[in-house]
Amino acid sequence: MELVSSGKDTYVYTNNKTVNPAKPSLVFIHGAGFDHSVWTLFARHFSRHDWNVIALDLPGHGRSDGPVLESIEVMASWTMELIDTLGLNSIALVGHSMGSLITLETASRLRDRVTHAVLIGSISPMPVSEPILDATANKPGAAHSMLTSFGFSKQNLMGGNPNPGMWMVSDSMRRYEDEAQSALDSDMRACNAYQRGLEAASEIAAPTLMLHGDADRLTPLRATKPLLDALSNARMDIIPGSGHSLMVEDPNHVLDQLKIHLL
Amino acid sequence: MMRSTAAMARQRAKGMTDYSPAELDTLALHAGGKPDPATGARATPIYQTASYCFPDSDYAAALFNMERPGHVYSRLSNPTTAVLEERISALEGGVGAIATASGQAALQLAIMTIMDAGSHVVASSALYGGSHNLLAYTLPRFGITTTFVDARDEDAMRAAIRPETRLIFGETVGNPGLDVLNIPAVSKIAHDNGIPLLVDSTFTTPYLVRPFELGADLVMHSATKFLSGHGIVIGGLLVDGGRFDWDASGKFPQLSEPYEGFHNLVFTEEFGPAAFISRARKEGLRDFGACQSPTSAFYILQGMETLGVRMEKHVSNTRAVVEFLDSHDAVAEVAHPDLPGHTDHALASDLYPKGTSAVFTFEIKGGRDAGIAFVNDLNLFSHLANVGDAKSLVIHPASTTHFRMDEAALAAAGIGEGTIRLSIGLEDPKDLIADLKAGLRAAEKVAGGRG
Repeated sequence: MELVSSGKDTYVYTNNKTVNPAKPSLVFIHGAGFDHSVWTLFARHFSRHDWNVIALDLPGHGRSDGPVLESIEVMASWTMELIDTLGLNSIALVGHSMGSLITLETASRLRDRVTHAVLIGSISPMPVSEPILDATANKPGAAHSMLTSFGFSKQNLMGGNPNPGMWMVSDSMRRYEDEAQSALDSDMRACNAYQRGLEAASEIAAPTLMLHGDADRLTPLRATKPLLDALSNARMDIIPGSGHSLMVEDPNHVLDQLKIHLL
Repeated sequence: MMRSTAAMARQRAKGMTDYSPAELDTLALHAGGKPDPATGARATPIYQTASYCFPDSDYAAALFNMERPGHVYSRLSNPTTAVLEERISALEGGVGAIATASGQAALQLAIMTIMDAGSHVVASSALYGGSHNLLAYTLPRFGITTTFVDARDEDAMRAAIRPETRLIFGETVGNPGLDVLNIPAVSKIAHDNGIPLLVDSTFTTPYLVRPFELGADLVMHSATKFLSGHGIVIGGLLVDGGRFDWDASGKFPQLSEPYEGFHNLVFTEEFGPAAFISRARKEGLRDFGACQSPTSAFYILQGMETLGVRMEKHVSNTRAVVEFLDSHDAVAEVAHPDLPGHTDHALASDLYPKGTSAVFTFEIKGGRDAGIAFVNDLNLFSHLANVGDAKSLVIHPASTTHFRMDEAALAAAGIGEGTIRLSIGLEDPKDLIADLKAGLRAAEKVAGGRG
């Protein structure tokens, strides 16, 4: 559905349903350079189980108007305004990668309005290497290749997509190509600059699930400990054989864990 | 529909080299396949099953409602065919693929996914006879018409496009005259008009060209030919490049507007770059049902494992045979882009530097009778209606594959009465040339007798 939030034309995927504040609500926040469509499978599932599903397109991504927001803190403020625009009092938040940082920041500010949080492929801080930042700024094709190459486990780079007939490598490349170069570059710099993640995590009381691939090469599993330790009510589920793109690499495992955590 | 800044900034990365995790020979062996998780079997197993058990009712509902990936019924997907689909996607650099019962089924699936009655196709006149039949005679019965044009004539191609045109279609190298499709130029014409370019890459395979890198939007194959490579199986493949902007075009409500056949699903909204191939599976494969059997997929996978080494040998053998025929007195003309005299020699060298095809035609002196004598006197070459076998093949198109075409249509497709089509196999080239020498001697006798 299309709406106006923060004075801008904004798109959120709701599985063609009107958002009803009386129902439980699940807000999905995509990662850098992506859009709402990374959440299609999961949003369809919870929609069938009578949840409001809101898979948002951040400003300047997918079908939402720009400009791109330049920091995680501003993205969290925008997300909170969107939640208020939709008239939602309590929500569950699910974020992937950059979206997980927005989830941390948003959940820390909304406090008890957040019933559950899910952090997929999340570490904090989330440093981005200089070669990647140089590529996102100056060589978009190289950036797409680097992020795609490191976005999957080595094993999954050669395929075995659980979604029959689909080649996740080219799908990833096309998704990066579809976004404005400036959005990807800005997102990466926002991830790199955000330093409040552990402090935000310590302020979250809602039960939190961390989902992580044991072969993640962008946000390595070994770097998850500070965030897990900072969360007071969290558990970690490790997905074997998967990298950073868990919603593509093992969507059935992700859905199973979301159900355990949320239903 | 609202178009965002980001969508308007969409990068049309035509001509860009795509990322691949490995080279062709490696992908041909590994992409899409893993040791079987149930048994450890290293080869891709043949999952010869019609259906799949559901763990529970909610899981079943989730599969039907596209909340989980997985298999429901082998008309829609199958673990063996899925490996083949993923492998061709990897080799082509596409977002996904569908294996079909034949190459013809792949073409039909592509057309039916994005066209309705009243839609129009602009197609190269240099097409496989089966494709010509579908477009010229069968689809008009369902309200889909085609204008055939010389794909080398860009002005004619532009002029043929109508408001209701929804597709440009051509072969990477046209069957059988080896007209080389200028994919960058033709894709520009297509995209200037908000429509996609579908390319049949059967003759070239991803070994010789990856059409998405040159600007094509959809690629189809008859996997019966060089991809499987041994003449033992019928199968087709349809691959989605994932770059065509169906929303921006505004001409494809099948993908950009709610689909009543799946609870008002909007494919571009929910599947992003995989919109086309998702609708093709959810609708075309579901409703028309031209799926590929898992056993066929196994045979094609087995052939594809050696695609690189086979194609290298096909091409080198072809070069030896073309050189021999081009210098033989009994041959009037050899139509192969490797030869400097071919109209598309420079274009082929530019677009397809590893070679254009192991299928080509030549005109034998003495016309029809000489051609018949030539074919009858061959021993190694098998006289049959196929190409892309490991064994060398020969046929007379005017009386077989293209027999429904009248003289004008034949001429437009570059075929004469004495045209012979060869598909060069993997035998030792010395033996192939010796066989051809015998055939040409027989032809010379006929031609000499008539002269």
